[in-house]
Amino acid sequence: MSLLIQYTLIFASVLSIVAIGGMFSERSGVINLGLEGCMVMGALAGALVMSYLPESTPGFLLVILTILVSVLSGMLYSLLLAVAAIKFKADQTITGTAMNILAPALATAIVKAITLNTREHKATPYLYYVNAHNHFIINIGTFELNWFIILMVVIVALAFVTLYKTRFGLRLMSCGEHPQASASNGINVIKMRYIGVLISGALAGLGGIAFINSANSSWPFDSGVVGFGFLALAVMIFGKWKPINIFFGAILFSFFRALGATYSGFEFLKNLEINADIYKILPYIVCLVILAISSRNSKAPKAEGIPYDKGMR
Amino acid sequence: MKTKKSFFRSLLEKDGFKSLITSVACAVIGLLVGFIVLFIVSPSASLQGFKTLSLGFLAVPTKYGLRKEFLANTLTRAAPLIVSGVAILIAYKAGLFNIGASGQFTVGVFAALYMAFVWNAPWYLCMIGAMVFGALYGAIVGALKAFLNVNEVISGIMLNWIGLYLTSMLIKKNSKMWDSIKYETLPLPEKATLPTLGIDKLFNNYKYITIAIFIAIIVAVLFYVILEKTILGYKLKATGYNKYAAKYAGMKEKRNIIIILALSGSLAGLSGALLYLTGIERWYCPTNVPSMGFDGISAAFLGGLSPIGTIFSSLFITHITVGGSRLDTAFYSPEIAKVVTGVIIYLCAFVWFVKNKLNENLNRAKKKLEGLTLESIPKEDSQHSEEEVAE
Repeated sequence: MSLLIQYTLIFASVLSIVAIGGMFSERSGVINLGLEGCMVMGALAGALVMSYLPESTPGFLLVILTILVSVLSGMLYSLLLAVAAIKFKADQTITGTAMNILAPALATAIVKAITLNTREHKATPYLYYVNAHNHFIINIGTFELNWFIILMVVIVALAFVTLYKTRFGLRLMSCGEHPQASASNGINVIKMRYIGVLISGALAGLGGIAFINSANSSWPFDSGVVGFGFLALAVMIFGKWKPINIFFGAILFSFFRALGATYSGFEFLKNLEINADIYKILPYIVCLVILAISSRNSKAPKAEGIPYDKGMR
Repeated sequence: MKTKKSFFRSLLEKDGFKSLITSVACAVIGLLVGFIVLFIVSPSASLQGFKTLSLGFLAVPTKYGLRKEFLANTLTRAAPLIVSGVAILIAYKAGLFNIGASGQFTVGVFAALYMAFVWNAPWYLCMIGAMVFGALYGAIVGALKAFLNVNEVISGIMLNWIGLYLTSMLIKKNSKMWDSIKYETLPLPEKATLPTLGIDKLFNNYKYITIAIFIAIIVAVLFYVILEKTILGYKLKATGYNKYAAKYAGMKEKRNIIIILALSGSLAGLSGALLYLTGIERWYCPTNVPSMGFDGISAAFLGGLSPIGTIFSSLFITHITVGGSRLDTAFYSPEIAKVVTGVIIYLCAFVWFVKNKLNENLNRAKKKLEGLTLESIPKEDSQHSEEEVAE
């Protein structure tokens, strides 16, 4: 039971952090379909720090450094989207897809190039970070939690306050609804959209490292982040682009996901003898059903996906 | 001299030619980035590596007909990619982004293999089965979009994973299909393998080359005709240009969405059949969604969203993928080919911008020419500069 809660919290931390990132981007009017790619790049940078920082590094410093580097890496990668979508008015869907194809390929190529020169001259897509991984764990009673779960709570709260209670948040939201009206009120739409996309990149980078670090001490980069960026997008849509709703959506989805990972620990579930693959499918089906129910009156930002054109009315 | 210039200009004004130029530019820049990556990883091997990557089968020595075999390999792998690219582009023309093509591909593979192993069906029935399954799976995405307003990108992605796990589950349970020792599907029955019609003789008896490549080209040409010459194609594009106008003109929007995604899905399913019914690959129940649907996105956009262009872009992408697989693993990993494709699609997103700039320059040049004779031009010119300021 405690394992189920633990896994739920771990998955939820990843999903809500990334989904809130996506929310900031879409609220500013840019669809970030490349969240998956940003996650991979964040994960890669963080994992590199974790596996190659000397073991004598103090734990706290290592945690801070890993998180910082991941955030920066995700942010840098999201610049690809920001420049294409905002400056060149490129198609956001294709740009995002390209980023998702590019990131795992680039990450694998980089990891293989590094491992080729260090680990017995054999190229593998794996990075190992067993020691560093332990620094992220916090034990509370029988629960084995990690720093990212605390970060999740902070980020959800911060996102809520920023979006609804600050001038910046309200301005950001206006850019996603009616950018021309925002511009007429003296808001720099271009700048706001850059900030929106960069926040999404930063949070996706953080989510990336949270994902590969939370339950694993090594990661094969050729499998990217196995679709978690897309799941985060689904959670964002389900959460109607609102931080608190996203948080609960993430918890719900993560519960089913965690059930798939831990069902064998429950006597009555084990006795049902349901195929393991069914448990793997369950979260996706739940997600689809929820989307089907909740999409009817979509509350998507009105101007998302449309390049900003000053002259348009 | 003068006639030459105007010929060049009229060529430039053609939309197809502009697409060709931009696609070639994307491919060249993509390859350049590939070279930079190769250089960073290992400067000394980069020249040889770039040769292997960019020349594909051409870099293979001709000895023992090896080069022919690699050419045949390229053609065999390009066939499903062409069909997958067409699947993406017909949906995109209608304003739908069928990212669920990978899932439709997966269920297509399942249908084809199930019919081949369990029912002992001949290859053409397996192919049709794959198309039907793909179409049904695509129709789910369409119905969710049409009736419940679910974004097709998200539902497509969810269905990709659902399809993957369902397929794995059903194949692994079936001892007629699954070799649990080798952890892959059993060898494909002769009856279900696509016929070669003697083409293999041309390629040093390379056994996987089949009529798949011809089927793929026929499909591409067929959809070119459908898009350009039929009412269905017109409706499809009209919905893509302006769905409200299409609705106002009396087109049934909801029905169209479902039909288009089913059509796209049937092609994605066919793509699965064209790959797995050659025997070149065996289904090993991967833990990740197969990339064919995503590669189709690359092929469609690099092909300038034209079915004919997709034939060539698919051949190019497969070409460098084969090149990537031949890279010296002492220095490089085959993923570098994928990096190149990724960069190319990224650049393809700018095509719209490039085309617009090209048009702008053309118009400006035209106006300059006409401005020598017409008085009304200065006015238009000033309008133009206003636009520029606004930009």
